[in-house]
Amino acid sequence: MADISIRSVRKAYGKDEVVHGVDLDIYDGEFIVILGPSGCGKSTLLRMIAGLEEITAGEVAIAGQVVNQMEPRERGCAMVFQNYALYPHMTVAENIGYALKVAGMAKAERIARVTQVATSVGLDGMLDRKPGQLSGGQRQRVAMARAIIREPRVFLFDEPLSNLDAKLRVQMRHEIRRIHNRIAATSVFVTHDQHEGMTLADRMVIMNKGTIEQVGTPEEVYDHPATTYVAGFIGSPAMNFLPGRISTAGRAVVLEGGARLDISAAAALGHDGLLVQVGLRPEQIAIAAPGQSGLPVRFDFAEELGSGRLYHFLHEDLPVTVHSDEKRRFAPGEPATLTVPPVAVHLFDAQTTQSLTAAAALAEARARVNA
Amino acid sequence: MIERTPVLNILTHFILAVGFILLFLPLWIAFVAATHTIQAVNSAPVELWPGNQLWVNMQEAWVKSDFGQKFVNTLIVAVAVVIGKITIAAITAFGIVFFNHRLRMVIFWLIFITLMLPLEVRIVPTYAVAANALLPFQKLMDWTGLTWLIESASGIRVAMEWNLLNSYTGLILPLIATATGTFLYRQFFLTIPDELVEAAKMDGSGPLRFLWDILIPLSRTNIAALATIMFVYAWNQYLWPLLVITDRANYGLVVVELRTLVPDSLTTGGGTPTWHLAMAATLMIMIPPILVVIFMQRWFVRGLINTDK
Repeated sequence: MADISIRSVRKAYGKDEVVHGVDLDIYDGEFIVILGPSGCGKSTLLRMIAGLEEITAGEVAIAGQVVNQMEPRERGCAMVFQNYALYPHMTVAENIGYALKVAGMAKAERIARVTQVATSVGLDGMLDRKPGQLSGGQRQRVAMARAIIREPRVFLFDEPLSNLDAKLRVQMRHEIRRIHNRIAATSVFVTHDQHEGMTLADRMVIMNKGTIEQVGTPEEVYDHPATTYVAGFIGSPAMNFLPGRISTAGRAVVLEGGARLDISAAAALGHDGLLVQVGLRPEQIAIAAPGQSGLPVRFDFAEELGSGRLYHFLHEDLPVTVHSDEKRRFAPGEPATLTVPPVAVHLFDAQTTQSLTAAAALAEARARVNA
Repeated sequence: MIERTPVLNILTHFILAVGFILLFLPLWIAFVAATHTIQAVNSAPVELWPGNQLWVNMQEAWVKSDFGQKFVNTLIVAVAVVIGKITIAAITAFGIVFFNHRLRMVIFWLIFITLMLPLEVRIVPTYAVAANALLPFQKLMDWTGLTWLIESASGIRVAMEWNLLNSYTGLILPLIATATGTFLYRQFFLTIPDELVEAAKMDGSGPLRFLWDILIPLSRTNIAALATIMFVYAWNQYLWPLLVITDRANYGLVVVELRTLVPDSLTTGGGTPTWHLAMAATLMIMIPPILVVIFMQRWFVRGLINTDK
């Protein structure tokens, strides 16, 4: 059992605070992805769990035991580094077995374990090579094997796929997920790539500027982003934002320029006249003929994706992107109308950037799952 | 930038040839002088082609200067300086680079300053310390009144003495205490990525283990370079051994001993100068450093070819 509990953890370098009081519970055997842009403190948080970075304030506990003062080796964590950090002068076998050698395991036993682990990650026949003679993907496997062999309670990944090319990245992603399913150790994976986050995570943690913006399953985070930051960060192409004002009576949000979008009753309630940011996912917008009720726009340009097309429209000079499977032709400047179902209209308080809809919708969705 | 014009080619080759001749000619003349009899060496014009007396001259020089023991001495000193220097340089650089303590910069600058004070500059105080290595501690005790305290308490006057003159220790220690090696290592250690240090930490390796298992193997080429430089440096020492060694029969070094073979009014007493012996001895003395350089050069090349990083 190795759950990790993080209690109001802070990290400051001198007076410069980079992590501002993070609370997080990671359950045993869970695959958690910490997602955020560079400089958001996600790596720092990971390194504080690993013990490579001192914890300025707060508490990190692994399996119920506070580890603040423990050396990295005593914490039972294994880490895969961004640049793999393989020992260049050691062979693959020596690299994988180094932790066991330090721990004082007998040579024969060590070799048996190394061979077994190397086979499990597909490194047979390469045990005598040096890291310099391996490809990026193979180095990545060695780094994985080096972590696996220690049978850690917790796996920590610090952007391990960012140095691989796109194809290999997908392949290694699958492998990491398979290994996790097989070993079932608690895993914490830090990345700035939302695709990695969405595809790997049991739950994701979205961080921004040293604080957690939202914690939830990839589905929850995508469907019900808690803040404009999360809404804009998750999803590709990114969510469209238009400023507007809620009109409870009309059960609608009135955009600048007078266009109205219908919203659900729950969202409208009690927020009459509130200035909001309206968030619309490109995938959830439909294109209708001009003149229908909806969002009047003008066509700007389109991008071909093969499986679909990205249409870029302008509404009152604000860009609105639509992702559609339909292949239609528009002339530049041609008017069209966009329609959005009321449940797909995300509303965020313009001042606090908090979602008006996410909390209620999330509670409802979770209740449905539990029932 | 690589230029490819015939004129430049000829010019650069010409410069190269001139440089080669300037460097090689003295060595050649020394070699030629070592192969002739005393009469041939001292007759004008200067001989430019080797004779057949090399072996005879070398034997005579060897016996005359009792080189056997002195070669062994020099070898002991040079090897000890190499080992001591590599060890101390690695450990101090390790301490400066990988440990974040308050005195780090102070120590760094203290070591840095010693670069500006080579042995030749501080030879008098170094000699004083070599004469009694415990002198600084004695002085410290005198100043603090500790000597007085002990004397008045027990009636015994503390007088510490550890004489390093006429010993291998006295020859070796002052040559080890220089900062050059530390800097070579420091520059290399600074290129080690942090991730590697952290990976070792995660693997449970302590600082000394990290030094031994990872840093030392990675700095093989550094060690080879430093060993070569230090071996030649120690082998060629003249001033310091001249000062600390008075018992030349037991502790004499070859380079110092060479002086006795170089003819001047003292050694020859006004007779014919024995250049043939001096040059034969010079050739013999040159051989070990040359061998070391040639042997270590292979290591450099191997270190460069092996793309370990």
